[in-house]
Amino acid sequence: MRFVTVSGPPSAGKTAVILRTIDALSERGLRVGVVKFDCLLTDDDTLYASRGVPVRKGLSGALCPDHYFISNIEACVDWGRQEQLDLLISESAGLCNRCSPHIKDICAVCVIDNLSGIGTPKKIGPMLKGADIVVITKGDIVSQAEREVFAARVRQVNPKAVIMHVNGITGQGAFELSTLVAQASDIASLKGKSLRFSMPSALCSYCLGETRIGEEHQVGNVRKIDLNDKGRNNE
Amino acid sequence: MNSSELFETPLTVLVERYPYIADFFDSFNIDVRSSDASAAQLFAALDADALDDIGLDRAQLRQALRDYVDGMGALQHDFAKVECLTIKGGFNKERQPEDFSLDLLPGQIICIVGPTGSGKSRLLADIEWMAQGDTPTGRHILINAAVPDAKWRFSIEHKLVAQLSQNMNFVMDLSVEEFIRMHAESRFVPDVDDKIERIMAQANELAGEGFTATTPITSLSGGQSRALMIADTAILSKSPIVLIDEIENAGIDRKKALELLVREEKIVLMATHDPILALMGQRRLVIRNGGVAKIITTSAAERANLAQLEELDRKLMNLRQRIREGETLEEL
Repeated sequence: MRFVTVSGPPSAGKTAVILRTIDALSERGLRVGVVKFDCLLTDDDTLYASRGVPVRKGLSGALCPDHYFISNIEACVDWGRQEQLDLLISESAGLCNRCSPHIKDICAVCVIDNLSGIGTPKKIGPMLKGADIVVITKGDIVSQAEREVFAARVRQVNPKAVIMHVNGITGQGAFELSTLVAQASDIASLKGKSLRFSMPSALCSYCLGETRIGEEHQVGNVRKIDLNDKGRNNE
Repeated sequence: MNSSELFETPLTVLVERYPYIADFFDSFNIDVRSSDASAAQLFAALDADALDDIGLDRAQLRQALRDYVDGMGALQHDFAKVECLTIKGGFNKERQPEDFSLDLLPGQIICIVGPTGSGKSRLLADIEWMAQGDTPTGRHILINAAVPDAKWRFSIEHKLVAQLSQNMNFVMDLSVEEFIRMHAESRFVPDVDDKIERIMAQANELAGEGFTATTPITSLSGGQSRALMIADTAILSKSPIVLIDEIENAGIDRKKALELLVREEKIVLMATHDPILALMGQRRLVIRNGGVAKIITTSAAERANLAQLEELDRKLMNLRQRIREGETLEEL
């Protein structure tokens, strides 16, 4: 079974892009399934199911979504193999811009939209900077020049990636994307594989349920904001 | 740029030579403007926490800089001029052959007509993807009579098609001048000030109402936005083909807009059902059921009728103007 991780900021159009790509893959007779990861709620699983796509969802709830993702993805791959899928797609939102679900030797896609502002490519960490394929969406509503500038900015932070424009509404570009994901590496399981990038670490008192504000309640890995003059440049 | 220049030169010197390198460090939130260190020294000096924040180790960071500089270098090369784009027919949704071969040359206008869902987008996607019989339509695209390099499909600097449609808007928070400058710089275009001046002049000529370089792009009217998009695409976009999805007949001189694109040697593909625009094209591709059903060459009789249509259009525009000025239309 082939496996692809798809990630991207919330509302970038991940689900629409995946649905359109699955349409193109199905036409070629491939059986594609999806594991959808979200935090509190998602209805996307019913959307996938209504198209006849085998789907499972995982809600991280009170846990860090990407830590939850990586603790469960191996089992999801096993599920995909039991379902006899040709291709499994995992969909997860990158919420803090420092997370990245991308795994070594597994095709990594990042979805990002033209409306998110041209500073955005710079602000997103390994999820974008380490992706193999960057899909840019919502190109139908911004000007040609802005599309070109946005793509150039993406290129700036990830020169190696294949950058594609896909329209989640009309499906333009989804066929082209499907030809790439269909070539993702074929795996038996994720055993022995590792993440491309470490995940943000924390382990402070707030991770353990602390709610009170104040220095005396803070234990563990805590970092302090720099409010001096020189901290102004420190985003 | 060789490795020793890239990694051993003090960054202040390197940035002076290649200003775009500053953007790389900027995107990792590393300030290089006040440092005498070289890239190698700077990477060596990053502590574990700093690397953890970036999410890369030193080797990955080094590779990222190498890739970035190579990528930026590639952006500055011009690719072969498109002298001729050939579309070779495949088949429609019922697998009936299209049976045509069409050469499109710079400066030509080709209209695409057909109902929604008939396959107009697929045709454009085939061109953009430089299809080689490997898309659902089985079409082939040739550039300068040869099969294009497969690598072009995935490089943003070889994008064949620039698109303009009625739905497009400006979303950046910039003035007109800042906007054009940013576009030009992203493409490493020389003589930016000259480009700004030309685009401003052209856009103002196309737009019914003039605007200045300091106007925020988001507050331009529909007609002004369209005029700026067309002038900018004509003069600054690298893509040899411009796809236009209708141009509304409001606040913009459509004839001049097309003339500008033709003058700038673009191949213009225009999806339109507007009779005036359709007759401005040399040919019309009729799309039906996922395939090109017919290719109509604009005849002499049609061209003669164009003058009449333009006269009608002018009359209608005058009536609009009278309505705008608060007059009545009891007499036409």
